[in-house]
Amino acid sequence: MCLAVPGKIISIMGDDPFTRTGKISFGGIIKEANLAYVPEAKVDDYVLVHVGFALNIVDEAEAHQVFDYLRQMGELDELNPESGG
Amino acid sequence: MRYMDEYRDPQLAHEYAELLAKITTRDWTIMEVCGGQTHAILKFGIDTLLPEQITLLHGPGCPVCVTPIELIDKAIEIAMHPTVIMTSFGDMMRVPGSSTDLLATKASGGDVRMVYSPMDAVALARNNPHKQVVFFAVGFETTAPATAMAVHIAKSEGLTNFSLLVAHVLVPPAVEAILSAPERRVNAFLAAGHVCTVMGYDEYIPIAKKYGVPFVVTGFEPLDILQGITMCVAQLEEGRAEVENQYARAVQQAGNIPAKSLLERVFMPTNRRWRGIGEIPMSGAGLRPEYADYDAENRFGMAQPKSEVASECMSGTVLQGLIKPDQCPAFGVRCNPEHPLGATMVSSEGACAAYYRYRKNEA
Repeated sequence: MCLAVPGKIISIMGDDPFTRTGKISFGGIIKEANLAYVPEAKVDDYVLVHVGFALNIVDEAEAHQVFDYLRQMGELDELNPESGG
Repeated sequence: MRYMDEYRDPQLAHEYAELLAKITTRDWTIMEVCGGQTHAILKFGIDTLLPEQITLLHGPGCPVCVTPIELIDKAIEIAMHPTVIMTSFGDMMRVPGSSTDLLATKASGGDVRMVYSPMDAVALARNNPHKQVVFFAVGFETTAPATAMAVHIAKSEGLTNFSLLVAHVLVPPAVEAILSAPERRVNAFLAAGHVCTVMGYDEYIPIAKKYGVPFVVTGFEPLDILQGITMCVAQLEEGRAEVENQYARAVQQAGNIPAKSLLERVFMPTNRRWRGIGEIPMSGAGLRPEYADYDAENRFGMAQPKSEVASECMSGTVLQGLIKPDQCPAFGVRCNPEHPLGATMVSSEGACAAYYRYRKNEA
């Protein structure tokens, strides 16, 4: 139900704040989504789309966090003499 | 990056599993409150990667599953009006009311239509001025902004043939209900990522403090969930109970401000019965008086509360995380997706449906 899928904005139509709409590519499949909740979104941004609405612009800088956390925790572990690793 | 496949790397998943095994010293129980996460856990076998001390419980994370029987009966009753087009998401169509479901209602002549977005229902109203179009609005805070926009646009266009049967529910009151239950087993929560995309996560800070439980806002891909679990365990092992954000690429602490402001304008908190659980105070979203004209319950008469039909279905205990789906005696025997006893076996996000799909052969 709360599934939201990331897709890339390929074009934007309209400028009414409530009905501004984007054409979004989901790995090549194009669907339209309402952009009212992401007023700063622009072409080439990735947005998370849920029931026809973009809810958020995916933050590229934060997207690596899941890999960085693993690496940092691994390094901490190696520094810990009790871990034997 | 495409923000999907990268988070399904099996090698990194195993590295997370090793890390978890290293940091876990005691038994911990962690609950997710999101059907999407429940399905990802079972689909990718995340629970099978975890150390034995970690138990994952599946909470009331499926809004379709907790929609009370009286609202489904009401939707069916409205759908039988000859002038009505009843619309909802596909997931809602086969959820049993007290005697039938929306799909069967369509078969017996009701005009029931599946829509992808509430905006599709508004378009139907625009294109069918002689029909009354009702959207049966179900979902958590993730979905409510779409409903809010639909009714806001209908109102600003002066569409008088559009209304909402509102079944929206809110996550934090349900989490508090679980935490205040005497039989509580949960040590930490994965907070549902997309609910927090809309709402942010400030609401969980006082709850974490009051009950001494960590919350980690978590995404939906396997590595997200593994990281969320790792962050929960790290807090538990260190004796912390804080709100942390694993899913920062999609969630900001304050949430989505324009979405929250329209939600605030259209909806207000209201008491709501959760199927299988009972009434949870202030756990529903109801239309504000300014939008009362768009409330299908006003337009077509109020839903009468019904006592739950006696049934072998144990979905209430499943939804509260007291048992796992395959511990129900009816699971896979007298209850399956073709012949469901309850909503958790019907919805694509229900925990029982997930266990049936991915774990039936092990039961």
